[in-house]
Amino acid sequence: MSESVTFLSRAEALIGTREAEAVENGVRSFLALRERVVDEFPIMGAMRSRARAIRLHSLSHLDRLLSHFADQLEAAGGRVHWADDAAEARQIAADILERTGSKRVVKSKSMVSEEIELNHHLEGLGVDVVETDLGEFIAQLAGDTPSHIIAPVMHMTRQDIGRLFAAELGVPYTEDPFELNRIAREHLRAVFLEADAGVSGVNMAVAESGSLILVTNEGNGRLITTAPRVHIALMGMERIVSRWEDAAVVLETLARSATGQRLSVYTNVITGPRREDDPDGPEELHVIVVDNGRSRVLAGETAEILACIRCGACLNACPVFRTAGGHAYGSVYSGPMGAIVTPGLHGMEPWWDLPYASTLCGACEEVCPVGIQIPRMLLELRRQAASEGRLPGWLEKGMSRYAKTSVEPAKWARAKRWASRLGALVSSRGWIRRLPGPGRGWTESRDLPKPARETFNDWWSANRGS
Amino acid sequence: MEGPKVQLFVTCLVDSLAPEVGRATLAALENAGCTVDFPLDQACCGQPAFNVGLVADARTMAAQTLDVLDRTNGPVVIPSGSCAVMVAHHYEELFAGTEREEQAKRVAGRVRELTQYLVDDLDTANRAVCDGCTVAYHYSCHGLRGLGLDHQADRLLDGTTRVDLDGEKECCGFGGLFAIEMPAVSTAIMNEKLDQVERSGAGTLVGGDVSCLLHMAGGLRRRGSNIEVKHIAELLADGT
Repeated sequence: MSESVTFLSRAEALIGTREAEAVENGVRSFLALRERVVDEFPIMGAMRSRARAIRLHSLSHLDRLLSHFADQLEAAGGRVHWADDAAEARQIAADILERTGSKRVVKSKSMVSEEIELNHHLEGLGVDVVETDLGEFIAQLAGDTPSHIIAPVMHMTRQDIGRLFAAELGVPYTEDPFELNRIAREHLRAVFLEADAGVSGVNMAVAESGSLILVTNEGNGRLITTAPRVHIALMGMERIVSRWEDAAVVLETLARSATGQRLSVYTNVITGPRREDDPDGPEELHVIVVDNGRSRVLAGETAEILACIRCGACLNACPVFRTAGGHAYGSVYSGPMGAIVTPGLHGMEPWWDLPYASTLCGACEEVCPVGIQIPRMLLELRRQAASEGRLPGWLEKGMSRYAKTSVEPAKWARAKRWASRLGALVSSRGWIRRLPGPGRGWTESRDLPKPARETFNDWWSANRGS
Repeated sequence: MEGPKVQLFVTCLVDSLAPEVGRATLAALENAGCTVDFPLDQACCGQPAFNVGLVADARTMAAQTLDVLDRTNGPVVIPSGSCAVMVAHHYEELFAGTEREEQAKRVAGRVRELTQYLVDDLDTANRAVCDGCTVAYHYSCHGLRGLGLDHQADRLLDGTTRVDLDGEKECCGFGGLFAIEMPAVSTAIMNEKLDQVERSGAGTLVGGDVSCLLHMAGGLRRRGSNIEVKHIAELLADGT
């Protein structure tokens, strides 16, 4: 591709590093766990079809579901805010924190908060923000960005984390996962109790009762939504289902696909702020429903990607993700799903190359718990990129010439003869070791057989032709 | 009794870079009792253009392929899962709402990948032969996921000495023009695959798609490996 391609340059910098090796190990163990719980679940196929139908139904009735959800949530004492874009979402969150005098914020994992760069904004306003999901906590401590939507620091080894904790938390070096976990818990315990506000994401909202569902494995989601006075939940506007019955189906497929669990350790359901007779809970509950490009996606050819339940299975299954790691995508959402979400939300510039970061092997669609047709949409975005003239000249011109020549039999036969003659010049013992121009990409690591002097067409005409 | 009459579509890669696979496919079909015809003027199915998003070029090539195939009758057998998926599935999408839509559907319905045709349609008793070799089989992605091809090759190879290949249903990193556009990524995926092939102890790597096989053969050769790479048709050509 052209020099400006960023996926490739980022990937080149990562391939073969320890970070890439850590990702490879991480996805391999996720895949093995997933396989075990999918194989033992005879109705996974049926659940997958239902989950798909449920999610697509949500997308085609999004306005009605969101408005019903908002009514129900407000009836339960919560507040719903609508944010058109990232700036508006950040502003709403900042205003709530300011009005409630919240200076210390604890967060559970929220991809939308990463998407709108909330932490950075709040820190600029003097708010102290602490990530409490273990992976996010580590990423924050390292000043790094998450590389996987489910396992934010999949790219780090436990040795990396041990060194980080020793340097940043002043504890003796250890690489024992249990010990590292204990250190983080101890450190975070005080932070939880002193926080003024908790910021969470939303795995799924249920319209019929105005409830939020939060799925975690660490219990931090429960703590940050009950201990502080204020709870702000950030929700992508597509994360909604109609009924509880539907939510149950999606939850069954989510944990299996994400972490290879039958169900996540904690499935928290939040319906409104603290009621009078509740022993705990926040005084205020605010849900910020974030559009930030989703309406545009919904109206376009890649609308189906909004059915995504963010399980990360397609990342793990993708040979490109496995090789280069999440940071190669340069965006919060990585892997096959991210290659569609990112240009969708933020536009083709500079993200148009992400849809090309795929071999179209189809492993993503195969594991997707909602059967999203990922390769179809990658192709759709490629068509869009090509029609916008973004492809490098050699490819565009070369393909056009190839197409025109190949459909004219006499010209095509002549072209093949030329290719064979040229091939003979640059080959030795039947193989080409180095090609010029774009062909270099092939011969960097692979020999190429020289084009045959007698093509199959020639052979047929000489031996079988009438 | 005269066997079924089939049309052979060899693909552009086989035509120029692996004509021996074309001859082997012909022999495999004839071994199975088929009468084979080769529609002249066939070239490229258009998949390379389709996969990078150059729709007009893809249509140019697909239209030519449709015309060439639509002049004939009977099954169209293709020794490539990838090109078979292109004609069988993507042509309809490519020509949806155009005057070629019906033609695309008509031809799509006749397309069979080689192993699919031999096993599912003919239920052939013929088996692949590879004397003195240990075989690892790579299930190429488009055939595997686009056409559900896996047991067909297993059946055809059941007389050979097979070894287990880790990741046998994972992508080899070829990906068409991806291999040239993103060489570092393609190569890294390939290297993992070739490590697995070498670890499997196989002396012969067999597959059903010349494209993936050229990529892996080129990589193995660059590594100085002695592992042979063969299309399954080549084993069937020698078959019984």
